[in-house]
Amino acid sequence: MNSVEKNSNETAVVVQDLERRFGSFIAVNRVSFEVKKGEIFGFLGPNGAGKSTTIRMLIGVLAPTDGVGTVAGFDIRTQAEEIKKHIGYMSQKFSLYDDLTVSENIDFYSGIYRIDPARKKARKEWVIEMAGLEHHRHSRTAILSGGWKQRLALGCAILHEPPVIFLDEPTSGVDPVSRRQFWDLIYELSGKGVTVFVTTHYMDEAEYCDRLGLIYRGELIAAGTPETLKTELMQEDVLEVICERPQDAMGEIEQIEGIKEVALFGKGLHVVVEETERAVAAISDLLQRRGYAVTRVEGIVPSLEDVFVSLIEARDRAEQPQQEVKR
Amino acid sequence: MSAIRTSKLKKTFDEVVAVDDLTITVTEGEIFGLVGPDGAGKTTTMRLLTAIMEPTSGDAWVAGFHVVKEAEAIKERIGYMSQKFGLYPDLSVMENINFYADIYGVPRKGRSKRIDELLAFSNLTPFKQRLAGNLSGGMKQKLGLACALIHTPKVLFLDEPTNGVDPVSRRDFWRILYQLLREKVTIFVSTAYLDEAERCNRLGLIYKGQILALGTPDEVKQIMPGAILEIRVADSRKAYQLLKKELREESVGLFGERIHIVTRDPQKVESEAAKILQDAGIDASAPRPIEPSLEDVFVSVLAEQERSEQAR
Amino acid sequence: MKLYRTWAVARKEYLHIIRDPRSLGMGIVIPVILLLLFGYALSLDVDNVPTVVWDQSESQVSRDFLSGFQGSPYFSIVKFVHGYGEVDRAINSAEALAALIIPRDFAQLIEAGRAAPVQLIVDGSDSDTADTAIGYAETVAQSFSQQVAVREVQRKTGRTLDLPLDYRPRTWYNEDMESKNYIVPGLIAVIMMVIAALLTSLTIAREWERGTMEQLISTPVKGPELILGKLFPYFTIGMFDVLLAVLMGEFLFDVPLRGSVPLLFGMAAVFLVGALSLGILISVVTKSQLLASQLAMVLTFLPSFLLSGFMYAISNMPQPIQIITYVIPATYFVSLLKGIYLKGVGLEVMAIQAGLLGAFGVVMVILANDKFKKKLE
Repeated sequence: MNSVEKNSNETAVVVQDLERRFGSFIAVNRVSFEVKKGEIFGFLGPNGAGKSTTIRMLIGVLAPTDGVGTVAGFDIRTQAEEIKKHIGYMSQKFSLYDDLTVSENIDFYSGIYRIDPARKKARKEWVIEMAGLEHHRHSRTAILSGGWKQRLALGCAILHEPPVIFLDEPTSGVDPVSRRQFWDLIYELSGKGVTVFVTTHYMDEAEYCDRLGLIYRGELIAAGTPETLKTELMQEDVLEVICERPQDAMGEIEQIEGIKEVALFGKGLHVVVEETERAVAAISDLLQRRGYAVTRVEGIVPSLEDVFVSLIEARDRAEQPQQEVKR
Repeated sequence: MSAIRTSKLKKTFDEVVAVDDLTITVTEGEIFGLVGPDGAGKTTTMRLLTAIMEPTSGDAWVAGFHVVKEAEAIKERIGYMSQKFGLYPDLSVMENINFYADIYGVPRKGRSKRIDELLAFSNLTPFKQRLAGNLSGGMKQKLGLACALIHTPKVLFLDEPTNGVDPVSRRDFWRILYQLLREKVTIFVSTAYLDEAERCNRLGLIYKGQILALGTPDEVKQIMPGAILEIRVADSRKAYQLLKKELREESVGLFGERIHIVTRDPQKVESEAAKILQDAGIDASAPRPIEPSLEDVFVSVLAEQERSEQAR
Repeated sequence: MKLYRTWAVARKEYLHIIRDPRSLGMGIVIPVILLLLFGYALSLDVDNVPTVVWDQSESQVSRDFLSGFQGSPYFSIVKFVHGYGEVDRAINSAEALAALIIPRDFAQLIEAGRAAPVQLIVDGSDSDTADTAIGYAETVAQSFSQQVAVREVQRKTGRTLDLPLDYRPRTWYNEDMESKNYIVPGLIAVIMMVIAALLTSLTIAREWERGTMEQLISTPVKGPELILGKLFPYFTIGMFDVLLAVLMGEFLFDVPLRGSVPLLFGMAAVFLVGALSLGILISVVTKSQLLASQLAMVLTFLPSFLLSGFMYAISNMPQPIQIITYVIPATYFVSLLKGIYLKGVGLEVMAIQAGLLGAFGVVMVILANDKFKKKLE
């Protein structure tokens, strides 16, 4: 991790050795990281890795078993209620009432956050405009599409203009157009100085974040900017191979010595190798001999998925396969 | 012969049209991807084809049998993995597999060989006695697959099999699917991951119950209106704000340190964008046209659709 | 229908049961607890009614009269009081349920050969007990009147006199009139109905909720195979419950079992199939565990508890309610069980009840199968 100033004027979230157990199951295992003010911090990991558990500890609804942390300057162990006033939180299941109208949902949350009556109207209009719901003010929330609901939920979560917002898999299950619009909103908020902590299991979304933490089986296995992760953390090289029938070519390439891993990626293959030059030659040669039409074989900057896979595999190799943890 | 054929297949729930006049053909031995966001009609299509839901109108044949008139014949010949983990968490891996083997009437003779094969294939051999509920997400998916394959089906239906699974398991899962193709199994898979869609032999983009595009990944990319320019820039947000303001006609997107501009006139926009950035003193790579990803295609097709809807 | 598939479902269901201690507890522990609870606590016998006495006469005659109450097992004189105020307090504080008031001139009136008024006050807030207490008190009072009358005739005519009527009541089947003897057999029926329906009401709904049903209906398994397979393990549990209940009746409650044991188990099996299928039917229709268990409770517990004749005699119910009791299967099973237990009668007497139970079973199995669809809506 980069050296971050331990100044609470600079940081929005700081946690040190945060741990949460459920019985004998360690959901979050001694996780430490910092999020700077105004930053978009992506918390990346598969389902069940501990993303939601971490978020719940940060927003003060779940007490950590061990470790310390502050959010917006408040202690997550002792000042949970203060934290709740200073953050916005949007959960995976958008917390909207389906049987209430758009306008009623917003009013409900203004009541919850005790928005100053003088500001109430302006905030409401802001949310409606942001979510693009001008024509659906009095529609039942149930009939809205996923993208609309998502933006409305975001609006409700930030009605009180919190300096830090937590988004738990905000884009799961919405169409790509809405996902893009949603990220536009996140950039906009971040541009205004709001700190955004967002979890996702979409690797491509992770690329949009300023900094990332990779969590796997409760442990933070890497953290840094997407650039650092891709250039510094991956020890092996990655080649992109674009050829005919990649799924068949896979098997052939795997036979070559010095090839660590072959995976389908997009329409081509990503091949993890120890040394680029030799591998490029060997692969081109083999594929041509076997009669595959080859478009391209070249070294590339690995994708975040490549990095994540390589880190996970390194981690798995270090453990016995039998020790696979529950979920 | 086609493994799956549908003709104007339609399903409505009250007012909502979940699947709208779907007409597709899936050839035997291919892997067909049904790609679209949640609520687009993927799961309903799966359910119609696996004969566990009746269509409102239209016809479909799977493995040569009609989904309404010969539903039970279909069920003997297909494997289905529903989106929700459909196995019993309180039963062990072996108990789940054996249960499905019994249900499908897999003969005792040769059964243990088949089971060993499937376990090896899915790397579940060391976990035979583990309760299914205690498996990791990726292993659950593989167990689901093993159970759906126990009777060597002709057509395999997988409803978002890799949703929320870690990338390593996703890669494994796809590797297994390709092995299956060699055994001449037809695979019909739905996914919301557009990068996965590129791996299918053919795919259909589905949105609001309608197929927007159908064909091989390359064919589908052809329908992309216009081209994409990519600019790499360190201070991408500033550049993005600027380009968005200046290039009102074009669709500008920010992807981390990359900016994508979708345009119908790449030559003109290429020089314009370069000039805008230069004038602002922003250090950026020269705009270069890139091959669109399926997501780009999907987004621009949807945007087009919405525009025409609004025009009407 | 393929037997091996039914068997596969049954084995799977059995695994669910043994892996989930709660369902096993519900199937076995709860029936035992209910039987103990109701068998011991639920007594409809009225005895030792606490009574206070205000004897204003305080004479030999009044003491003779009171001895009739003191000697009765049905009354227990807890206190002698003086004045209505005390009577009032005793009954209000539930110290006594009845009060007996003998007037000042009681002895004089009797000796003069005139009718002496005696007042009995009963706490009517427990009307069953009040009724019974009044009945017992009447008997005591009547026999005292007779004695006095007989003595009077003897004194006047000098010859002994027999009463014209020698009334000898005799109770058959439950000689000691012990309520547990008819409660326990009825209880077996009620418990079986409730537990059986509750157990199965969860099984199909759980599969819908978990999403495992979607997987199952995409396989060649047939509805009847699934339903029979699911019935089987619960049927085993149910029969085990019957065995436990019969053993408890025999050794714990000393309820006489006069009829045929095989017939008892046979009828229990028939009834069980119906009750289990009712549970499955509920499960199939609701597709939700919460709704299914609530519905199972409402549909089985209340009717079989209140209207099956298990606690309250059907003949005492108003006509419209009596008609309802005929459609409650537990009614027939309760009367069958009482018949087998207490009367020792067999099918020759109760063929109709047995036939109706069989019909209940068949209808439930058919309905459950018919309502189960291998389709999503």
